[in-house]
Amino acid sequence: MCLAIPGQIVRLIPDSDLATADVSGVKRNINIGLVSQEGIAPGDWVLIHVGFAISKVDEQEARTSLEFLQSMGKAFTDEMTAISGDERGS
Amino acid sequence: MRFVDEFRDRKIARELGVQIARLARPDRAYRFMEVCGGHTHTIYKHGIEDYLPPNITLVHGPGCPVCVIPMGRVDDAIFIARQPGVILTCFGDMMRVPGGCGSFLDASAAGADIRMVYSPLDALKIAQRNPERRVVFFAIGFETTAPSTALTLLKAAQDGVDNFSVFCNHVTIVPAIKAILDSPDLRLDGFLGPGHVSAVIGCRPYQFIAEHFQRPVVVAGFEPLDILESVRLLLEQIEQGRCEVENQYTRVVPWEGNPKALAVIRETMELRPYFEWRGLGFISQSALKLREPFSRLDAERIFRLPGVRVADPKACQCGEVLKGVLKPWECKVFGTACTPETPIGTCMVSSEGACAAYYNYGRFHRESVAEAVR
Ligand code: SF4
Repeated sequence: MCLAIPGQIVRLIPDSDLATADVSGVKRNINIGLVSQEGIAPGDWVLIHVGFAISKVDEQEARTSLEFLQSMGKAFTDEMTAISGDERGS
Repeated sequence: MRFVDEFRDRKIARELGVQIARLARPDRAYRFMEVCGGHTHTIYKHGIEDYLPPNITLVHGPGCPVCVIPMGRVDDAIFIARQPGVILTCFGDMMRVPGGCGSFLDASAAGADIRMVYSPLDALKIAQRNPERRVVFFAIGFETTAPSTALTLLKAAQDGVDNFSVFCNHVTIVPAIKAILDSPDLRLDGFLGPGHVSAVIGCRPYQFIAEHFQRPVVVAGFEPLDILESVRLLLEQIEQGRCEVENQYTRVVPWEGNPKALAVIRETMELRPYFEWRGLGFISQSALKLREPFSRLDAERIFRLPGVRVADPKACQCGEVLKGVLKPWECKVFGTACTPETPIGTCMVSSEGACAAYYNYGRFHRESVAEAVR
């Protein structure tokens, strides 16, 4: 649960702190309220932890850390299952 | 492409290993604690210790929030889950954590409505969609996670969701490090500081370790090369007689942390006078609770919790593992009575726990060593 996974902002959702992000191919809405002072725009990369962007990162960092996370196996797949499973059933 | 990348990394790793071996004096031993469970995971998964000379030991610290939840808090949460109309929500890692009378998984099998969520916001959504139910979010985590709970609380207050509450079990990393430094049974020469916690709190809070306890701290990233580079930086400080907080993970961690995240934590939560950590006992000012203005969203005030303290099982040596006194495999029940499927202690539950990480990768790790020697 401590993992923070990089995702790329696809679009900002107007009048809210939300944005749609692409996390390793999965699209989901995340909250960008904690990084809004950094001026988030579509195309930016952020580290996402439990549905919240906690910091902005550059693309290079995002890609290497994504590759690294994928190499972690189960911890990563568990996190991805959790990410994609969000709004179902609730 | 991957193989090429991996090969390049391995070459750099070896180079770093050589530099580390040069810096380390052969006539002394070095013990560095990695505070964060994410680091522990990387260390076992990638066999980092193979790249280090034998007189450098990496000691695993208490930085896995699932591992430090005391049994009594699990029991309290199950008590809440059993109240009429309650839906208890939690992160997936919590489901198997043993309490004094079973885990969430057991309680759920016995009929309690316990649901896993990815985000506290998902828990809030469940509350909004089920106005007739009382939805409680079991909040755990260090400063990485606390801002998310804080923003969720602010949103719940703003939207007037009055069937939602938070059972707050957030802990703070710095007092735990201090408790470990104060404990007499451990000698440490330096710390690898946690990466994502530091993205929130920044590097300044570790300064007391360098100043007061005269131990160097390097805030480290999670990739194998980050860890090796951080070990090298620690050794360099020691060899040059310096004692500072250094930031190896500048790609993600700003020196000042994330001021917005700190502000929302401060707005919604305050320090508890003390909190029990599994295996470590009571540590003063080491956890957060909701502030008075949020008492209507505070499960601890809504429900009359039993709050019974439950002693850890006798066989369990998680406390020693969390303090870095014992290595996972030195615990008597490791891999026999205690496995990820039937954990006795919490360090075996989360993939970031030292015991689970060693259980999952230890054998792989030994094989890879054999391969490297061949
Ligand atoms: S093997 Fe089990 S009981 Fe022993 S320290 Fe690890 S988690 Fe705790």
